[in-house]
Amino acid sequence: MSKWKMLTLVGCDQPGIVARITSALYETGAQLGEASMMRLGGNFTIMLMVKSEHTIEQLNQSIEPVVQDMGLASSFQTIEASLHQHEIPDSIITVYGADRPGIVAKATTSLLEAGYNITDLDSDVAGSEAEPIYIMQIEGIAAQGMEALEQAIEQIKSEGVNVDMTPIDVMIG
Amino acid sequence: MAVLDILKYPDEALKQLSEPVVQFDDELHSFLVNLEETMRAGPGGVGIAAPQVGYFKRIAIVDVSSKPKIKHNGCMILINPEIKTWDGMKVGREGCMSVPDYTGNVIRAEKITLQAYNARGEQQDYECTGYEARAVQHELDHLDGLLFLDRLVSRRTDLFKRKTYQKK
Ligand SMILES: [Zn+2]
Repeated sequence: MSKWKMLTLVGCDQPGIVARITSALYETGAQLGEASMMRLGGNFTIMLMVKSEHTIEQLNQSIEPVVQDMGLASSFQTIEASLHQHEIPDSIITVYGADRPGIVAKATTSLLEAGYNITDLDSDVAGSEAEPIYIMQIEGIAAQGMEALEQAIEQIKSEGVNVDMTPIDVMIG
Repeated sequence: MAVLDILKYPDEALKQLSEPVVQFDDELHSFLVNLEETMRAGPGGVGIAAPQVGYFKRIAIVDVSSKPKIKHNGCMILINPEIKTWDGMKVGREGCMSVPDYTGNVIRAEKITLQAYNARGEQQDYECTGYEARAVQHELDHLDGLLFLDRLVSRRTDLFKRKTYQKK
C-alpha cells in the first residue's frame, strides 16, 4: 500500500491554519510532498501530499485538536503518488468572458478534443454581483501539437469567448 | 573531450562566488571544450556556467541558436563577462540543470548589452534580447552564486505577454 495520503482541508480563512496543521503532522514524523493552498470564496482550502507510516485513523487523531479548534473539515485519502515527475507545460491559455453557464465545460472540452493535457488550472469570478466575469488560466501540454491546439482555440473563440494562447518557452541553463 | 558532472542544489558550492580568468591558455581551451559538450549533453540546455561543473571561474557559454525564430549571437563563449546595460523587464519560465524537476517564473531584463572576453582573450561586445538575454542573465547569476530559485516570482503572475493593444 502507498505511504502517500492526500489531505484535503477546508475552512473559514484564519491565521495559522497551515502552520498548525503542518506542525501537527511534522510531530508524527510525516513528510510533506507537493501542496496547493488557496483562498476560494473566503474559504481556505488545502490539498497536501503527506507521506507517513501511520494509518489514516492515526493521522486524523494527530490533527484532530487543530481541526476542532479551527472549525475545519478534513479528510485523508490513500493515493498512488510519486514526486519528481513534473511535466513541463508548453503553453498557457487565458480564457475570459461574461460569466455564463457552460463556459468552462465548453473551453475544456474543446481543449480535450485537441489532445491538450492540462497540468494546472486556475479560475476566478470577478466583476460585480450584477455583471460577473469569468477568468481562467490554464497551463498544459499540447500533446497533439500546437496546430491542433490553435484550431481548438479558434473554435472556442467562435463561441464568443475571449481566449488567448501563449507558448511557454522554458529556458534551461 | 568529456561530459563533466553537474553540481546539483543543495550542493552549497553552487552558492560560491567565481573568480575572474587570468590566463587564456591550453588548460582554459580544453576546459571550454568540455564545458560546451556538457551543455549540449543536457536535455534542452542552452547555457551553462563553469561553477555548475565545480570550476569556480567566471566562464559561461550560451547558445540559443537551436531555438526557432529568435534573434541570437550564435555560440557565445563568455569569459569574465560584464553586463553594461539593462532594458525592459519580462517574466519567463526557467529551469536549471543544477535544479532538476522544477521550473519557475523569473523576471529578467528584456534587452542587455554586455562585454566579455572570448577564448583567445579578445574583448567582445554583445547585444542580447529576449530568450538569449534571459539565458545570459541566468548563467551570469551562477558566477555570483545565485540560482533562479533566488529570483522566483509567483507562478500565478502571467506577464508572458507583451501585447500590442489591438483587437485582433
Ligand atoms: Zn542554471
